[in-house]
Amino acid sequence: MHFSGYRVLAEALRGGKGWRPFWRKAAPADEYDAIIIGGGGHGLATAYYLAREHGLNRIAVLEKGWVGSGNVGRNTTIVRATYMIPGNQEFYSASLKMWETLAQDLNFNLMYSPRGLLQLFHSDGQRDAFARRGNAMLIQGDDAQLLDREGLRRLVPYLDYEQSRYPVHGALLHPRGGTVRHDAVAWAYARAADARGVDIIENCEVTGFDITQGRVTGVQTTRGAIRAPRIGMAVAGRSGQLVARAGFRLPVESHILQAFVTEGLKPFVHHVISYGMGHFYISQSDKGGLVFGGDIDFYPSYAQRGNLPMAEHVMEAAMTLMPAIGRARVLRNWGGIMDMTPDGSPIIDQSPVAGLYLNTGWNYGGFKAIPASGLSFAHLIATGAPHPLARRYRLDRFATGAVLDEEGTGATHHLH
Amino acid sequence: MRLTCPLCGARDRREFTWVGAAALRARPAPGGDFVAWAHERENPAGPLDELWLHSAGCGALLCGTRDTVTHAAAPLTLAGGER
Amino acid sequence: MSGIDPSRPLRFRFDGREVQGFAGDTVASALLRAGRRLVARSFKYHRPRGVVSTGSDEPSALVTVGQGAAQTPNQRATMVEITEGLEVFSQNAWPSLALDVQAVNDLVAPLLGAGFYYKTFMWPRRAWFRLYEPVIRRAAGLGALSGQADRGRDEKAFAFCDLLVIGAGPAGLMAALAAARAGADVILADEAAAMGGRLLYEAEEVGGVPAADWVAGVLAELAGWPNVRLMPRCTVTGVYDHGTYAAIERLAPAPGRPRECFWRIVAQRAVLATGASERLIAFPGNDRPGVMLAGAARGYLNRYGVLAGKRVVVFANNDDAQRSARDLAAAGAAVLVVDPRAQAVALGDYPLRAGAEVVATRGRAALRAVAVRDAAGHVEWLAADCLAVSGGWNPVLQLACHLGAKPVWNEAVGGFVMAPDAVSGMALAGAVTGAFSTRAALAEGIAAGAAAARALNLAPVAPDLPAADAEAGAMRLHWQVAAKGRAFVDLANDVTVKDLVLAAAEGMGAPEHAKRYTTQGMAPDQGRLSNPTALAVLADATARALAEGGTTTARPPFVPVSISAMGAGGLGAGFAPLRKSPAHAAALDRGAVMIEAGPWLRASHFLRPGEDGWATSCAREVGHVRSAVGVADVSTLSRFDIQGPDAAEFLHRVCTNTINTLKPGHVRYTLLLREDGMVMEDGPLVHLAPDRYWLFTSSGSEALVRRHLELAAQGQWPDLRLRIFEASENWAQFAIAGPRARDLLTATLDALPDLPFMGAAPVNWGAAQGWLLRISYSGELGYELALPARFGDAAFRALTDAAEALGGGAYGLEAMNVLRIEKGFLTHAEIDGRVTASDLGLGRMLRAGGGHIGADLAARPALTAPGRAQLVALRPTAPGTIAAGGHLFAQGAALAPENDLGHVTSACHSPTLGHALALALLRDGRARMGETLRLWDGLRGTDQLVEVIAPAQYDPEGGRARG
Repeated sequence: MHFSGYRVLAEALRGGKGWRPFWRKAAPADEYDAIIIGGGGHGLATAYYLAREHGLNRIAVLEKGWVGSGNVGRNTTIVRATYMIPGNQEFYSASLKMWETLAQDLNFNLMYSPRGLLQLFHSDGQRDAFARRGNAMLIQGDDAQLLDREGLRRLVPYLDYEQSRYPVHGALLHPRGGTVRHDAVAWAYARAADARGVDIIENCEVTGFDITQGRVTGVQTTRGAIRAPRIGMAVAGRSGQLVARAGFRLPVESHILQAFVTEGLKPFVHHVISYGMGHFYISQSDKGGLVFGGDIDFYPSYAQRGNLPMAEHVMEAAMTLMPAIGRARVLRNWGGIMDMTPDGSPIIDQSPVAGLYLNTGWNYGGFKAIPASGLSFAHLIATGAPHPLARRYRLDRFATGAVLDEEGTGATHHLH
Repeated sequence: MRLTCPLCGARDRREFTWVGAAALRARPAPGGDFVAWAHERENPAGPLDELWLHSAGCGALLCGTRDTVTHAAAPLTLAGGER
Repeated sequence: MSGIDPSRPLRFRFDGREVQGFAGDTVASALLRAGRRLVARSFKYHRPRGVVSTGSDEPSALVTVGQGAAQTPNQRATMVEITEGLEVFSQNAWPSLALDVQAVNDLVAPLLGAGFYYKTFMWPRRAWFRLYEPVIRRAAGLGALSGQADRGRDEKAFAFCDLLVIGAGPAGLMAALAAARAGADVILADEAAAMGGRLLYEAEEVGGVPAADWVAGVLAELAGWPNVRLMPRCTVTGVYDHGTYAAIERLAPAPGRPRECFWRIVAQRAVLATGASERLIAFPGNDRPGVMLAGAARGYLNRYGVLAGKRVVVFANNDDAQRSARDLAAAGAAVLVVDPRAQAVALGDYPLRAGAEVVATRGRAALRAVAVRDAAGHVEWLAADCLAVSGGWNPVLQLACHLGAKPVWNEAVGGFVMAPDAVSGMALAGAVTGAFSTRAALAEGIAAGAAAARALNLAPVAPDLPAADAEAGAMRLHWQVAAKGRAFVDLANDVTVKDLVLAAAEGMGAPEHAKRYTTQGMAPDQGRLSNPTALAVLADATARALAEGGTTTARPPFVPVSISAMGAGGLGAGFAPLRKSPAHAAALDRGAVMIEAGPWLRASHFLRPGEDGWATSCAREVGHVRSAVGVADVSTLSRFDIQGPDAAEFLHRVCTNTINTLKPGHVRYTLLLREDGMVMEDGPLVHLAPDRYWLFTSSGSEALVRRHLELAAQGQWPDLRLRIFEASENWAQFAIAGPRARDLLTATLDALPDLPFMGAAPVNWGAAQGWLLRISYSGELGYELALPARFGDAAFRALTDAAEALGGGAYGLEAMNVLRIEKGFLTHAEIDGRVTASDLGLGRMLRAGGGHIGADLAARPALTAPGRAQLVALRPTAPGTIAAGGHLFAQGAALAPENDLGHVTSACHSPTLGHALALALLRDGRARMGETLRLWDGLRGTDQLVEVIAPAQYDPEGGRARG
């Protein structure tokens, strides 16, 4: 079924009787050409591109809960291409380009809103670091502008330019950065993958791997054994647990990242703004809620909920930076499980078990990566060779030292 | 979240700095497998042995087990033993 | 007993029109008394809405309170107490509440079903952002922020107790009383202004007296216990780990008082006694102003003396609602009860239609008529100005879900309940468990309070169970009415039965999918009123049992919490501690212009009369150091005082160069690597005395370095005998640099020790005992004088006086930066966490044989392979300036990432050398000396040629510092 304004009108006139499920509630078959574990953004995108780009026609996505129940529905919806390390630069640049046309590709309005991302700086040193980054973005072919304080003030007059603890000196503006309606990404990929024959199997948890002579041959699930010669896992914070069932460890630590949304408000914050001296970034959803987040709670957790110290820190940062939102009230606070790596960059690579492929280590930046991640992971699974966009996302880079440490904080997973 | 320091008693989590998995204490000898030690993690969904620094308290490095699913935490002990 | 004081009239304004109320009124009760039905417009369709409930679960009557910076949108009219002169405004309506043009949405509602926006607005591609989204954004949202900075006063506080009782209804009061009598420290928190819960809204008796009088008696006793703290107007909003609770207290308005206080309450035990909230029935037209919950209708009567209507239809599936019929009829209203249960009978003196349903309503701005369909299908329109609805009661157990426990459907209760031991340390009592009668709530409260006392090792002294109504009110589930028209499930977000049915038809019928797709439960009330009904409708639409589908997840906060309260203290400079050097005031007296340097305020430069800005001052200060003597405040450096018999061995393992040969009285420049082999810090290590060292690292680096050192000292090598003291704040320290540094110190110190380069010795300055280090960060003859912090102010004044007498003066960060760039010395602009010692040209500082932290991983192939960026200096080939952040390319190479050779880390104008000078990290930089490269800074619009030169441009042999 093709979605369009005409279709909405037509269905309105006939009482909406023509709408059909976005995807079939598939039951598992005995065998597939490829299995993707994880029905989140990355997994569903991978299945879609496997079907679209590589012509595999027997593909299953196994989701232990409901589609989109992980981080794709628990983030602050920001998309951007603001990276400067080779390996990250080209990957996120490509991903942002894919976001720009994804709604049309998938025939599902993802509400990509290039409202502009403002990364604030508060000292000359930070300005210089952002200048380096902004130039790298320009060299990559993306857009960036360095705003001084007055230039910034014209865009966002409501920051506290006078009394804030760390004076606002300016910002790096990334005009094409913005937001995307997060849940819709999972639904749109699921619908498009389903239309290409992918089986999306919900409430199907992988409990083990069938491995023969170092090669994976299938998975055990709560809905029975399923065979496949190629298995890709895209389970974010649950990666460590899952690979333990395949007998190896990952350079991943799972941490909690909290996010917050306020009650609906008339439009006030028109950009995505990130604070340079505390853990705080904010945008306003189309429904009117201020959506904002901070840093991880700084202790490993699988609880999908956080604690007060970081939540309060985030609110305090909001108050020092933009006291004009002080009277807004937080409606809801949640947590997602982040797969933190030692260099803050992801892994899209083969695993030590032949036929088992890894897509993990997205830290707290996985949402914006979804299109390029799906494209790259599908390529790896289908061809056995890394996609050029993701060739540096190797598992062995910690042994070789070819790390991609965008923050420069070193092999301390929770400090990225 | 509350953590119990053996010297100071139960305190708010914000007095402590999480340092890492307790496996970090077992530094390999020179020439050992530093790659695995510094990077790979057991990362359990369940009991985790971990290190906390009582950074806004007595300064002791502390060790204890906390469940990463429920956050249930046993009282901490001195990582360096009684010195 | 009434909840208002008729002797104290208060006037407030609603949309500019004066409304009279009484002390004790809420905005909702006062508006209802004044006959206002229309108080709000709905979120999506802008339908007229009125007051539905009496509490914080109100889905419709949201208002904006206050004006200017204090303007607070989305307040529940049911929770806002009126005060004299209060300004209250309707919201989400234009041009006025009565005539809202966006109500046109209501006319095209068939187009605007659940998720319609996912299916359209995709063509042309850019139109979403440019055209559709701005229109949708303006239409969406509820109230508005003022746009002004909120600088009102809120506070945060901690509280500790043995037992936290959440909710002061019958169960909570009894739990608190039982625990208090046993001697427990009790906090009793309730979100209403008056404690008592539903007992304040009921015309019933407890203990043989009117319920409100009984409540007053219990509260009087509780107030008399020194171990009890009563916290009215205080909503517990979140449950966190290990007995930590968040709560928001709305302080009673009074001059000088903060508005709100955000509490962190630590409790050993808790009793959740949050009661139950009534639910609506989904039927067409169930959202008009005048449709309210049956319990609210009698609550407004019994507590506020407000009769919600003269002709009241009660539509309910349970006997409890007949209490409303009884009380309203007794107050003079004409009451008809419509009950879908075929066997229902009137329990009082009013008519009842059994087996009947309300199937439609009429009235735009206020309810006028109700259509009642009897069992035979015959529909009759009846005039009515109030429709009191009850679909039963939902236990208010959101707080019990915050730690991850899942509620389960209980058919007997007719609601979702929580297993008794689901939350560690928390007991549930009263209606929250499904025990809906007053008597049961009292009994459960007593039991929970006594159990808490026992768990606290206290002997319980349980209160007697007072006589009370034991009737819970029989109920038969009746979620929705099958009839044509839009039946609202979630009034707050305008979600109808049809939306949920559509979600199910599109495969989005799982509770979490339906929520995200229809937005049911995502409004300000988080679906408190609507979630069970929505789940029931979905279960019906997907042909599954209600018990099977599960629920959505209740998250903190239980009620919305203002950012200003949860972020109290963060406003302005309060966000983070501001660190000032002991010589801060003295520097200001010398004309220092302060800038932020991480946590510190530091002198950027010292402005002298006639100087027009930092560049002029900076050039002069550099000249002082290069030709006379300068004094700089370096007290902000991180200083670790490391002591113990094994301190040398420890530092030998931590630092990259050879430390165990460093003799007392000597300083060595050292590096710390991270475990991954990258440079973490550089700085001087001073061997003060046997078994005692000072390690200096960069300003503001204390926390990271301390974690690094303590993990090693206490965690990895606990057998080494040493202690580490982070002593940055204990000392003031000043750099004295320049050819006349020795003259300055000779004139200042009692006796100047004859120190070799990199020597250290104790010195006296008057009464102060300190240390003199002969080190240089400027490349000149240099000393650093460390004195106890309390002497910092006087010492800086004396040193600066002496410097000025010698033709020099104080110098600040800008000059310090120029001096170090001229020498190729490093800051964190170069040590950016991605560089090795070799990258920085410091490979000689890695001792042979390794064995220090970071040595093993520093040997990884990619850290030692050719092609790494290396530290170089740059100067422009033509006169001009350089800014940090530009990227380097070979001449003629395309501006593409694969050709990017590196970037400028630091840059300045060197007054000493007379040209611009920069440091850069350049791929294979040391092999490129003398090359001319293109420096491109597109952000700033510059593009220039630069020559690659060695990092140490000034006095490369270092003779001046050693002299």
